[in-house]
Amino acid sequence: MKTLRAFGSMVKDSLGYITHGSKTYHIWMIFLTAIMLIGMYCYSIQLEEGLSATGMTDRVSWGLYISNFTFLVGVAAAAVMLVMPTYVLHDIDFKQAVLIGEGLAVAALLMCLAFVIADMGGPSVLWHMIPGIGVFNFPNSMLAWDVIVLNGYLFINITIPLYILFRHYQGKDANPKVYIPGSILSVLWAVGIHLVTAFLYEGLQARPFWNNALLGPRFLASAFAAGPALIILVLAIIKRFSDFKIPDTTIKKIAMIVVVAAQINLIMLFSELFKEFYAPTHHSESAYYLFFGLEGKTALLPWIWTAIPMNILATILLTFHKLRNNPKVLYFCCVLLFVAIWIEKGFGLIVPGFIPGPYGKIAEYTPTGIEIGVTLGIWAMGAFIFTMLAKTSIGIELGKLRYKKGKK
Amino acid sequence: MSEKKKWFTLDFGFNKENATTTTSGCGCGNTSGGCNSHKPAPIEPPVATSCGCGSTTGSCSSHNTPPPKNEYTITADEFDAAVEDTMVGETQKDGFQQVFDVKMDRRTAFRKLTASLLIGAGAVQTSCSAIAGEETKEKAQIDWEEQFKGNYKLMTQEERDATVKRLVRSYQLRKKENISMSATDASEDVLFGYAFNISKCQGYMNCVSACVEENNQDRNSQMQYIRIHEMKDGEGFKFNEADDNYYHEVPAEGHFYMGTQCFHCDDPPCVNVCPVEATWREKDGLVVIDYDWCIGCRYCMAACPYDGRRFNWSKPEVPQAEVNKNQHYLGNRMRKKGVMEKCTFCIQRSRSGKDPACVEACPTGARIFGNLLDPESTIRWVLENKKVFRLKEDLGTEPKFWYFMD
Repeated sequence: MKTLRAFGSMVKDSLGYITHGSKTYHIWMIFLTAIMLIGMYCYSIQLEEGLSATGMTDRVSWGLYISNFTFLVGVAAAAVMLVMPTYVLHDIDFKQAVLIGEGLAVAALLMCLAFVIADMGGPSVLWHMIPGIGVFNFPNSMLAWDVIVLNGYLFINITIPLYILFRHYQGKDANPKVYIPGSILSVLWAVGIHLVTAFLYEGLQARPFWNNALLGPRFLASAFAAGPALIILVLAIIKRFSDFKIPDTTIKKIAMIVVVAAQINLIMLFSELFKEFYAPTHHSESAYYLFFGLEGKTALLPWIWTAIPMNILATILLTFHKLRNNPKVLYFCCVLLFVAIWIEKGFGLIVPGFIPGPYGKIAEYTPTGIEIGVTLGIWAMGAFIFTMLAKTSIGIELGKLRYKKGKK
Repeated sequence: MSEKKKWFTLDFGFNKENATTTTSGCGCGNTSGGCNSHKPAPIEPPVATSCGCGSTTGSCSSHNTPPPKNEYTITADEFDAAVEDTMVGETQKDGFQQVFDVKMDRRTAFRKLTASLLIGAGAVQTSCSAIAGEETKEKAQIDWEEQFKGNYKLMTQEERDATVKRLVRSYQLRKKENISMSATDASEDVLFGYAFNISKCQGYMNCVSACVEENNQDRNSQMQYIRIHEMKDGEGFKFNEADDNYYHEVPAEGHFYMGTQCFHCDDPPCVNVCPVEATWREKDGLVVIDYDWCIGCRYCMAACPYDGRRFNWSKPEVPQAEVNKNQHYLGNRMRKKGVMEKCTFCIQRSRSGKDPACVEACPTGARIFGNLLDPESTIRWVLENKKVFRLKEDLGTEPKFWYFMD
């Protein structure tokens, strides 16, 4: 009962806390809300007209939504790169960052789910997918696996920080015996969500571009580069706008993770390119389309040729200690990496899978304004959720939010 | 319905016994007047539910958000009495009594009426037409049951019959015309197969238009299950250079033609990947879709190596005069927006002993269809006497669609 009351008080306090803030904070939240509303309006048009409001067709049947979904699974999984050193290896450095990382994971997962729902033809019958009341094609369908692992990961990433924050809110220390097993599980689980999402594509014999054993490992490498890169940027912003102390060593350690992952990612990229272009087969056509265009259809060229140099440049710059330890270079490289991997693992991966089609037909895909609106709306939703989560956890960690026993 | 259900049926308290009387789409409970009538009586239930105190335990003050002043004026005595009433015994007050066994002045009464009218209006708009009443109720009832029915594959025979009956009735109510819908199961000792004679096909596309008409495909997006690929003589099967969307006189000089559609694989990748088992292989080899169970994720489309699947990107439309009224639940019944569909070898025809529409329509005899288990069938003769081949055999999906040449 006491716990319940404390919990109720925490919810109430955090609600109060997130609705108050500086002018910048309010402008930021209003801005996000406006974009979310635009996104919702676009989605309402899509609901009304059907998915014909998007640029997808029978030839390219997945587009911007699934691309963003794939990328964000990686961002969500990256939280684990902070969880592991902190809880499992007892590296104190990351303690402050880890709650932020987990908040990022929660926001990214909610965005993933939103993108999947936005992509559905029949969102009203989505309950067919809920185990127990629907029919679940388990273990045959990788999508069924994905639903399970994503929701499981969401659950883990909500409960662990909630427990820790709740203890801190009451002015107590969190009991490691409670959260360590959860953290270890979440480490394994993060690898799981990523591999399962990769298998979703890898398992399709119809699409040679995806049906490639390197896809899963490459997903992991790129995720562990892009995710922590985003975390570095977020930490930098938090450092700038709040009193939350984040030691430089923390950021340096995360930067180390980013570098190693980015280097592995590059090696794998070269391995892939070698395989596709040294002895090109019929199955290399999608890669040809992506990098050079086919039959004059070149929609993806500007994108991929932006992504590759950005990726290489960022990796090279970060490899040098001197440059990496300079915050300005570090943040710049993180932005480069994040954008590069978003392109490469988003529509640089999904769209070429469909081009050329099963019989070699080349039909290009261009997202419509509606689609872009919904996508931006979902990103704004993610930022909105993350801002609220981060603000609350920072408030609790800084001791601004504390349970007062006298007060009801 | 049977007791051991394998799917979900929502029960919001509309029990079987009173289902027919309580579930009206507009929620007004009135059969003839419609919700737009301004008499207080018909709109009672919306009042009850909208105030949120339709719950059995309680009085209106049990939900505490808006100040009671806005909604009800209840004196303390009356409140106590009401509480006692509910506490004491089995005689629980229903929402109607809770709201209307309460004294109120004219102003509050009007306020409540207006509020409930506004709330009701949304629901009403969708379900009440000008000729409200029995039909509206029935439509709403059908829509409700259709929304929450189970997966056809797992239904019992009675449930299958029930949903077929509902769909037929729904079409009758909406379009004022009768259709016949079957749900014939696969017969024993039947396995359907198809063969395509590349030498004979001249690219006339009669098969394509027959298919569209037979299977009620969306006319707006010009959805077609069959694609005819026009290829150059002497270059072999170069699908990537073939034209599958030609508009010129055929047969074009120096070209040959080859048709593709769903190959009804024996080990179909599309079936494996579906997260909700909305598509499956029937015993007679047909790969079918339960359109009402499909959630529209299009994973099957990505998984199909043969371009055999189509998606309804917008609401499919067929002019009413052109609707093929001889339908099958798993075949050519009307689809809705946001679901997959595909060739079913015209399940509505093939299961009643006829050839699919494409076979019948082909003027050259290039298309051969039949039972692979019948040693006397033409398809067996072709497989045994011609040099047949299949597309992308290396993928291991075992299509039941063969090509051959004279």
